[in-house]
Amino acid sequence: MSAPASGPVLEARGLRYALGPRSILDDISLRVRPGDCIALLGANGAGKSTLLKILLGLLRPQAGEVLLDGAPLSGLGRREVARQLAYVPQSHTPSFPFTVTQIVGQGRLPFTGLGRALGTDDWQAVNQALADMHIEHLAGRVYTELSGGERQRVLIARALAQQARLILLDEPITGLDYGHQRRLLDHLQRLAERGYGILATTHRPEHALESANRALVLHQGRLLADGAPREVIDAGLIDRLYQVKVRQIEVLPHRFFVPS
Amino acid sequence: MNDLSTPASSCVDCRQPSRADFRTRWFWGGASLLLGTTILSLALGRYAVPLAELLQFLGAWLGLGNFPHERYALLHSLVVEVRLPRVLAAILVGAGLSVSGAAYQAVFRNPLVSPGLLGVLSGCAFGAALGMVLGLGGAWIPLLGGVTGLLAVAVGVGIASLFHNPSILILVLGGIVSNALFNALLSVVKYLADPLDQLPSIVYWMLGSLSAVESAVLAWAAPLLALAILAMCLLGRAIDALSLSDEEALSLGVPVRRLRYGIIALATLISALTVSIAGMVGWVGLLIPHLARLLVGPANARLVPMSACLGGLFLLVADDLARTLTRGEIPLGILTELLGAIAFVLVLNRVRRGWL
Repeated sequence: MSAPASGPVLEARGLRYALGPRSILDDISLRVRPGDCIALLGANGAGKSTLLKILLGLLRPQAGEVLLDGAPLSGLGRREVARQLAYVPQSHTPSFPFTVTQIVGQGRLPFTGLGRALGTDDWQAVNQALADMHIEHLAGRVYTELSGGERQRVLIARALAQQARLILLDEPITGLDYGHQRRLLDHLQRLAERGYGILATTHRPEHALESANRALVLHQGRLLADGAPREVIDAGLIDRLYQVKVRQIEVLPHRFFVPS
Repeated sequence: MNDLSTPASSCVDCRQPSRADFRTRWFWGGASLLLGTTILSLALGRYAVPLAELLQFLGAWLGLGNFPHERYALLHSLVVEVRLPRVLAAILVGAGLSVSGAAYQAVFRNPLVSPGLLGVLSGCAFGAALGMVLGLGGAWIPLLGGVTGLLAVAVGVGIASLFHNPSILILVLGGIVSNALFNALLSVVKYLADPLDQLPSIVYWMLGSLSAVESAVLAWAAPLLALAILAMCLLGRAIDALSLSDEEALSLGVPVRRLRYGIIALATLISALTVSIAGMVGWVGLLIPHLARLLVGPANARLVPMSACLGGLFLLVADDLARTLTRGEIPLGILTELLGAIAFVLVLNRVRRGWL
């Protein structure tokens, strides 16, 4: 699969969301472009999940709007949106033992609708997605019996089968062991290099530094920073976000944080 | 599919994985078994018909071959007029309960759910009991039962929709309230019923039976039930989408709430129709989808037809036992619960795999 020269752009303008008197998000503007690999950082309760839901069109903001390639998300049909914008939830346990192929096949729902079975094109997309995530060997396995890292890769494969060029992920590396975290981040980076627009929420500043080409920092419902990870993330930011004092160690091109 | 050496991109054969073939075979195996059991059931009864003669008669009835004229009239009234409606009713009711159980389990993303969850059975029981106490005629009781069954589910869903964006859990709570309400109303009716005459008939009706199937009821309920079951079988892939979380489903372009209520409505209609025909027949809707899932896996495009097939088979066998085991008639509901409980324990270990 070759990288397209351009792809759809997701843009948020002046988003505001409140639950009753409590403001969750205030004046958020951002863009996700092809080639972006964005890490969305923020403490628990900073509004990351809410922002993700609004960007996906699952929640309606009280002010502002989300544009997909210039068109308001609220005016587009769900299937239309689904062909351009995919969502990867945190890996979860479904109640029924579906196989990996069946889960990835769900990524074709925006194309087949609810009535039609998968056709040749659909199977090609499914197989391509399995190959892209290097999980062909899992195809016949039962999803509920896989490890967390394998499940996460299956869910990303489903997003690839969806053939959407923008992928939003909710804490993709949470709960994965060190090796799986590493490999998953590499995968996301490679997808961005191929022209996908990636946005992933995360709890680990190191993740943003190592594998993202942009960092968005959400603090108390506001966008604190938006820029190159090395310019944005430092000991001061970590203190401000998480109220933890750390010492910063530079081993170029890497940056580490250790307790001070 | 499990072949590691095959590059996936060239795997056009994935469309027909050998595993799917194997599962399709289960379905055709089940369907042939059902057909065989149907023919056998027509031969069974107080007046047993030799199988060879029955087959010859069925051939003649369908216009193939000849049959001695004097025996034809006898067998026609016995097989076609008495046994066939009952056999068809057993198959349809068993298939209906199983299909609606499979659908409910998918909607509530829980394999322990049975069709009564939202109150349809309590509602039907109340309506039928009310009909008996009011002294309505035979065909009106099932109709009233069916209508109150639908009403009970409407109440359950209505309570849930008092909340903004009701979750699955709120829907279950709505069902609990509706069940409690209609059980209480049923108790009121029982309390008011004549203890010598009406109360026993309410109790007997609630045990479920096909011995008193009214042909007038069957004439309108059976075609409707068959159509509804067929529709559910064709909705397999849509039902699969309900196993996703709401966020996932919406982000895959699935109108999840409309779909959920549509499937609930269809499954409820099916349940209500089965109660109209046979009264309360327990366990089928819980047990059969489990068995079917063991054989063909969780994909509903195969699971729902397989459930229909196995459910029809199960209830047909249960009803054969109900009418032949003793000189009298054992209420069908008792048999299904006995057989079902035993069968469930036997398969529990296999069933557990994957969801506990």
